[in-house]
Amino acid sequence: MDATVDVGIRHLGFTRKPDGWVTRLFDNKAFLVFLCLLPSMGLLLVFLTYPLGLGIWLSMTDTTIGQPGQFIGLDNFIDLMDDPVFWMSVTNTIFYTTVATVGKFALGLWLALLLNHHIPFKAFIRAIVLLPWIVPTVLSAIAWWWIYSPQFSIVSYVIVDVLHLRSTYINFLGSPWPARWSLIVANIWRGIPFVAITLLAGLQTISPSLYEAALLDGASGWQKFRRITVPLLMPILAVALTLSVLFTFSDFQLVYAITRGGPFNTTHLMATLAFQRAIPGAQLGEGAAIAVSMIPFLIAATLVCFFGVGRRKWQQGEAND
Amino acid sequence: MTEQLVPNSPAEVEAIAGRSIDVPELLAWDSRLRRTVTVYIPLALFVIVLLFPFYWMTITAFKPDYEMYDYKQYTPFWVHSPTLHNIEVLLYETNYPRWLTITMAIAVGSTFLSVTSSVLAAYAIERLRFKGAQHFGLAIYLAYLVPPSILFIPLATLIFQFGLFDNPIALILTYPTFLVPFCTWLLIGYFKSIPYELEECALIDGASRLQILRRITLPLAVPGLISAGIFAFTLSWNEFIYALAFIQSTDRKTVPVAILTELVTGDVYQWGALMAGSLLGSVPVALIYSFFVEYYVSSMTGAVKE
Repeated sequence: MDATVDVGIRHLGFTRKPDGWVTRLFDNKAFLVFLCLLPSMGLLLVFLTYPLGLGIWLSMTDTTIGQPGQFIGLDNFIDLMDDPVFWMSVTNTIFYTTVATVGKFALGLWLALLLNHHIPFKAFIRAIVLLPWIVPTVLSAIAWWWIYSPQFSIVSYVIVDVLHLRSTYINFLGSPWPARWSLIVANIWRGIPFVAITLLAGLQTISPSLYEAALLDGASGWQKFRRITVPLLMPILAVALTLSVLFTFSDFQLVYAITRGGPFNTTHLMATLAFQRAIPGAQLGEGAAIAVSMIPFLIAATLVCFFGVGRRKWQQGEAND
Repeated sequence: MTEQLVPNSPAEVEAIAGRSIDVPELLAWDSRLRRTVTVYIPLALFVIVLLFPFYWMTITAFKPDYEMYDYKQYTPFWVHSPTLHNIEVLLYETNYPRWLTITMAIAVGSTFLSVTSSVLAAYAIERLRFKGAQHFGLAIYLAYLVPPSILFIPLATLIFQFGLFDNPIALILTYPTFLVPFCTWLLIGYFKSIPYELEECALIDGASRLQILRRITLPLAVPGLISAGIFAFTLSWNEFIYALAFIQSTDRKTVPVAILTELVTGDVYQWGALMAGSLLGSVPVALIYSFFVEYYVSSMTGAVKE
């Protein structure tokens, strides 16, 4: 090992040059650490940490576009308390996140279990299954918008003209509840691949010998799933669930592209409402207050997902990374 | 010949035809049927549902208007007389080519910026072994959990103060807020897999730290770099909320924003052009994806496992 590396290094042509001050500077570890962390930390501090604080400050001012605001304390939040549109966006967001996450994980886990079988063209199927996740969300959302068209919906066409189950075309996006369900279906569709592929990776790390042992012990398919697959999948499931909940809760693109919060502001999520108030509505302070009110929910959801689902891991005394 | 040979099950047919009846054969047949019902049919349904919106998008993009709105005369599931009209409208009557180049430039710029700073950060955190390296790692992971939708309002005011409003550079500088955490985390995982002994040998042979990074670690981490690069490119191509909030002029918009804000005019939607725009806008990432599928899968799962 050493010999080959040695030859390799010589081959690459390292030679001991007299040390100039630049070389010595670059061999100074503290300097090197500083230099290496500078670009990423600089970017993150300026464009992530500072805006996070600035957002909290903005939420306590009456800033509008083009006019620096005054500090008004919690007035924005107090106003939001009496704002039915805000409360609807909160319930919408919670409903959307809960239903879409359950749907994504149920179907995603099923797809992962299917893909874990020995099937022909497995790599190819896995590749095309990931497509909804790769294609820009807004662009596939536009395809969904077209699928949900009131007059030319292909789904309505199949239900009405091919299967004759209904007599009129469905007005998917015209009234609140159908619109909410339509958004949830589109979100589940887009989320399945991520869940399926990450859980598939988790499934592939489970040793087949465990299943063989269970088979010898006479375990049924359900018992094998419940007692082997689920517990061993938990760590990866916890991480995937945390990320999924976080990004579904803060979703913006899908709703903005398909309904823009309509009809009559009934499908707004907190993120789209914040955008609508802050950018087209020019009320930066109020928009920031809505965005800031997402933070407690996000922290709570992260903690619940990560510690609630991943609990087993640290209860068993393993390292909690 | 007695009635014993009258077959009453497929296995017996096989037996009469000269093969021996054995239980495994019966089981195999049974399990093949079972497999079809429990594996292949659900899998086929999944594939159809997951791909249908793309199929629908594609055929709509090539349909002439009279076909698109007349399901009675033309089956909607097929194109009877394909046309390039929608794509021509898009390319010659809108700013679409301009939007594509802008998006490409922004994606390449932010990818380059993010991957470079992530490589350095990951190298420092994983290899330079300084005090508090784990805290930096954790901080970067937490940064990944901050969603853009709570950052875009303060960022918009910040961008305005910097005089970068309506300037694509604003996007190149802000996309790293979600790209750097992801790429750094991915690359830390890759650097971990490279034996530290290689670096120690190089140190003994008199290589400087930067030489080690350039000649030993980076060449070995090429798969990781490719993963981080294509991922960052895809994520910046897909980004929407910052591009929507920070860019106003028609000729500086990115593809996703431009399609939604420029092609949707009034109450009459140009579905053909919209679908053609979505299709063309998906092609670059789909192409990269088709070349690097394995990298996508490994980086996606790698990032979650870390």
